[in-house]
Amino acid sequence: MLSYSLKRLLQAIPTMLIVITIAFFLMRVAPGGPFDGERALPPEIEANLMAAYHLDEPLPQQYLRYLGNLLQGDFGPSFKYKDFSVTELILQGFPVSLEIGGLAILLALALGLPLGIAAALNRNSAIDYAVMGTALAGIAVPNFVVAPLLALVFGVLLGWLPAGGWNDGALPNLVLPVVALSIQQIAYIARMMRASMIEVLGSHYIRTARAKGLSERLVVWRHAIRPALLPVVSYLGPAIAGIITGSVVIEQIFGIPGIGRYFVQGALNRDYTLVMGTVVFYGALIVLLNLVVDLLYSALDPQIRYDD
Amino acid sequence: MTSRSLTPDADAGMAGDSLGREAWRRLKQNKAAMASLWLLATITLVCVAGPWLTPWGLADVDWNAFGVAPTLDGGHWLGTDANGRDLLTRTLYGGRVSLSVALVATLVSLAIGVLYGAVSGYLGGRVDNLMMRFVDIMYSLPFMFLVILLMVVFGRNILLIYAAIGAVEWLDMARIVRGQTLALKRREFIEAAHALGVKDRKIVTRHLIPNAIGPVIVYVTLTVPKVILLESFLSFLGLGVQEPLTSWGVLISEGTDMMQTAPWMLLVPSVFLALTLFCLNFLGDGLRDALDPKTR
Repeated sequence: MLSYSLKRLLQAIPTMLIVITIAFFLMRVAPGGPFDGERALPPEIEANLMAAYHLDEPLPQQYLRYLGNLLQGDFGPSFKYKDFSVTELILQGFPVSLEIGGLAILLALALGLPLGIAAALNRNSAIDYAVMGTALAGIAVPNFVVAPLLALVFGVLLGWLPAGGWNDGALPNLVLPVVALSIQQIAYIARMMRASMIEVLGSHYIRTARAKGLSERLVVWRHAIRPALLPVVSYLGPAIAGIITGSVVIEQIFGIPGIGRYFVQGALNRDYTLVMGTVVFYGALIVLLNLVVDLLYSALDPQIRYDD
Repeated sequence: MTSRSLTPDADAGMAGDSLGREAWRRLKQNKAAMASLWLLATITLVCVAGPWLTPWGLADVDWNAFGVAPTLDGGHWLGTDANGRDLLTRTLYGGRVSLSVALVATLVSLAIGVLYGAVSGYLGGRVDNLMMRFVDIMYSLPFMFLVILLMVVFGRNILLIYAAIGAVEWLDMARIVRGQTLALKRREFIEAAHALGVKDRKIVTRHLIPNAIGPVIVYVTLTVPKVILLESFLSFLGLGVQEPLTSWGVLISEGTDMMQTAPWMLLVPSVFLALTLFCLNFLGDGLRDALDPKTR
């Protein structure tokens, strides 16, 4: 398992290199420089600035310097938030994004799994149709539609919860963003869990378990659920990626100071180093989380062992 | 067609375009899929023809109606936005953009994916290995972010949106087509056709393509909603199509800003978008059931 993890981490290096390289050179071919302001700078000041940020060096040298700095966790200075480095901004935003995203994943599992199991156990009943109908709606309606609607209904019309803002992560401020972020994933997980549960319940060893007289509850809880969880676990990778992408809009809509918002702000303000830093950071995060999910998968399924 | 007289059993599978006709028959029995198909056709037709039928233009300002709620009298059936522009007209124009992105970007992804997958599967061996490794690497890239970076750097251009989204979505298609090609080229019926002296070209057109095209069609219907979603997502963030053009994502974004005073501005484009995505999902599911060779 350890050697497998190491191998996977080694394989992630070329992936990350590609991300970094694309991001770096895209940024450099962009028209305009970071110091194009409303007032043109005197040439000597601009030259000094360029030298201070090493922008006067040849591109390959800048590229290597950027790689070297990255290895030390330094994403460079932000061009728009003048007093902050990109690393500082990321470290500031990440705990917030992590809280929202983590809670959203937990909520998606906490609701999606039981709903899917309930639907599978009551196949073709009213419960099944209700759950699957809602799930389809959850999949068809994108989160950037759900989020403002939630804010409109619960924030503006009913006034139960704040329609936006962060307020240092107070619970009422968390509810709407987390719900908006998780709805789509709840729907996917419920659908998946239902399908795999139905498949498992139709298999031979479940018939055997029933034949030897086990109670239905024991059959379901001890024998059916664990193997039925496997497809859901393998879906966790895409789910996490989906939640990270979703958080970009959700943080924007609710005005939450996470990485997603820095990313959008950076993109709109052409703060290239900030945009690039967040892309690289998220890339690394997704690669890492995919590895965790695969290891979790092997822990659940004894048939899969990563030996070599 | 000597093969037909030799193998009467194969007749059923080889007669006419029975595969397509059979799939169509199955699809027609699926009420949800057929209803979706009709609704989609209606939405498309309305978006294409509708803007010519409404008395307002995309950017026409009605100076007597700023932020008017939906009403039957006064001509603004779905209300106006804060600048007095007819929302129905704008939603229909937005639909044109969203649907055109869906169509073009899907075709781009289809072209790249089918070509890449077919070449990889057909050549096999080391080339196949290498090409699929590349796909694996591409898979683990945070593409969404690279697309956004692309839009930031090169400015918001609708052609770039077509290309960028198409270039993101071809990976699954390539995998599916490769898998199909690999599986099919070793199947007995291909071998049998070879043995019976059927020409290569005929094998490809008569046996390979009809059998590989089912999953591809299904996947295309599933790609379309993804593409629409991606475009709306970009537009929502302010990185998609630019004024004076509009799209459903842009309209939803504008609606979000105005939802406290003019909720219809959020609801109208949202309903159009959600309905379209709903129908495409239903249709995709229906097509999968109709075309899946395993259930036949």
